Amino acid sequence: MSAETTTSTMRQFRVPVQSRAVSARLVRFLERAPVHIVIVIIALIWMVPTLALLVSSFRPASLIATTGWWTAFETPFHFTLDLYRQALTTAGMGQSFINSLFISIPATVIPIMVAAFAAYAFAWMSFPGRDLLFTLVVGLLVVPLQMTLIPVLKLYNALHLTGTFPGIWLAHTAYGLPFAVYLLRNFFGQLPRDLFESAYLDGASTFTAFFNLVLPLSVPAIASLAIFQFMWVWNDLLVALIYLGGFPSVAPMTVAISQLVSSLGGGWQLLTAAAFISMILPLIVFFALQRYFVSGILAGSVKG
Amino acid sequence: MLVSRLVTGIVVIVGVPAATVGYIALIEGLLSLVPPKARGQIRPWLWVAPAFVLLIVYLIYPVINTLYLSFMNADSTKFVGLSNYITFFTAQTTLTALRNNILWLIFSTGLVVTLGLLFAVLFDKVRYEAAVKALVFIPMAISFVAAGIIWKLMYDYQPLGQPQTGTLNAIVTALNGQPIAWLIDPGTNNAALIWVGVWMWTGFSLVILSAGLKGIPQDIIEAGRVDGATEWQILRSITVPMMSSTIIVVATTMVINALKAFDVVYVLTNGNYGTDVIANQMYKQMFTFTNFGLASAIAVVLLVAIVPVMLVNIRRFRAQEAMR
Repeated sequence: MSAETTTSTMRQFRVPVQSRAVSARLVRFLERAPVHIVIVIIALIWMVPTLALLVSSFRPASLIATTGWWTAFETPFHFTLDLYRQALTTAGMGQSFINSLFISIPATVIPIMVAAFAAYAFAWMSFPGRDLLFTLVVGLLVVPLQMTLIPVLKLYNALHLTGTFPGIWLAHTAYGLPFAVYLLRNFFGQLPRDLFESAYLDGASTFTAFFNLVLPLSVPAIASLAIFQFMWVWNDLLVALIYLGGFPSVAPMTVAISQLVSSLGGGWQLLTAAAFISMILPLIVFFALQRYFVSGILAGSVKG
Repeated sequence: MLVSRLVTGIVVIVGVPAATVGYIALIEGLLSLVPPKARGQIRPWLWVAPAFVLLIVYLIYPVINTLYLSFMNADSTKFVGLSNYITFFTAQTTLTALRNNILWLIFSTGLVVTLGLLFAVLFDKVRYEAAVKALVFIPMAISFVAAGIIWKLMYDYQPLGQPQTGTLNAIVTALNGQPIAWLIDPGTNNAALIWVGVWMWTGFSLVILSAGLKGIPQDIIEAGRVDGATEWQILRSITVPMMSSTIIVVATTMVINALKAFDVVYVLTNGNYGTDVIANQMYKQMFTFTNFGLASAIAVVLLVAIVPVMLVNIRRFRAQEAMR
């Protein structure tokens, strides 16, 4: 056959390009179906519990105690803000939210500064015992808090620091230092040496080199550290429980909620709203700055 | 009161950085008075001083002091030798706590690492990987206390005949089973608590292992496929060995978390019904019974259990340093 008749015959049987692509994609999707199904199940397992809490927190307490949260989507709807109102006012969640802020923000700012100074010395100054001291810092990363509670509490009692904010700021600073120093020292150490050499050639002092050169360049690492430390302190229970106690004027959200748990027993529906109030801020921080949080974790070491 | 708090807050947030900057300005100023040769020798010590003062006061001294207190009696007035440790290893309450921590160790570490790895491999195959990873990672943002409450709701129990309020029991009864008191029944309660921990930390493991997975050169995996290996064989013989150092990072972190597990147990069961853990026991001895000797001994046991992990970390750190 001539070339022309071949092509005209073939033209009869040619499948349109679009449907060929669609059918190929469909086949590929069906092959992948088990993977997609499993992933959807996993996503449900991870999402449903939090969703359950969110839905429950908008329901009247009496309904939470007697029916499942999924029934909230059947008419008639009974959504209400009662639990939130109660949590924020009578249960003191509003006060404890402010306490949490008042604890977390300084407890994030102070360790970063103190750690930055030490990290800079470890990274760019040489002194005898430097490596040994830094290995000590690495070792301290895993020391359990429990080993420090009794002596420090005794110290605080003697100095009247128990139940005070400066007391807990200092405690969180110290506990956060090993991780912060480790992270920042690794980051500072990766800055190019010529950067400092040219700065010193231009007559810069150590002071200007640190504040005008190193710190601005280290913003990603400092951002990661800040988020990590903030979430750690915001979500902490044990340190606040030990050094602050449960007094409403100073207790952060974690302590206040745990007290609600033990005191409410049967009336625990209030906890749904309380827990969600405590989750809002970290969730917002997380979603907004997820990139920094993740890179902080990936920086090779973790908070013990 | 709010206004005074706000003012104090602003003073602190502005004042503390100002004070720390002032500290550096001060020491640099002082150093300029010192002969140039000594300057470089003294300077590092001044820069690390604030950090080290805090570390000594809050970490190093307390560790030594706790060790000392563990050999004393309840109010630290009399030396009692090893009797606190003997109590720890013979009393029913502490032995149960020890057993539970071992359960946490094996299962929470095992599950978190395994699930993290499986999820990492699985999610790698789909285009919406980033979204699912974020979803699994979300629980890391909330406190253990909040997670405890979330799962308290999930585990809720109503006697048979009444409508179920807990999601899990609703599923169980929908499948014609008996509702289970997840947190009270000794057959399920430890598993239920451990699962909360796993739910929270799998995201962490997933993120790290996923990064490690993407670091494996694709040609090696392709070569394995070309040679006819199944996905499972590739996972076992290529992927896992090549990710061993990343897996160790996750595993060591989870081991430490398992040993220190406190919040979840404290909030959900307070250690009742046989769910107690060492950290909770220590808290009880410290505050409810004010037995500082026993509490210190418990803390020391915890430290000793963590020392192997510390050594692994240090060895890994040294290896990394050698490559710098």
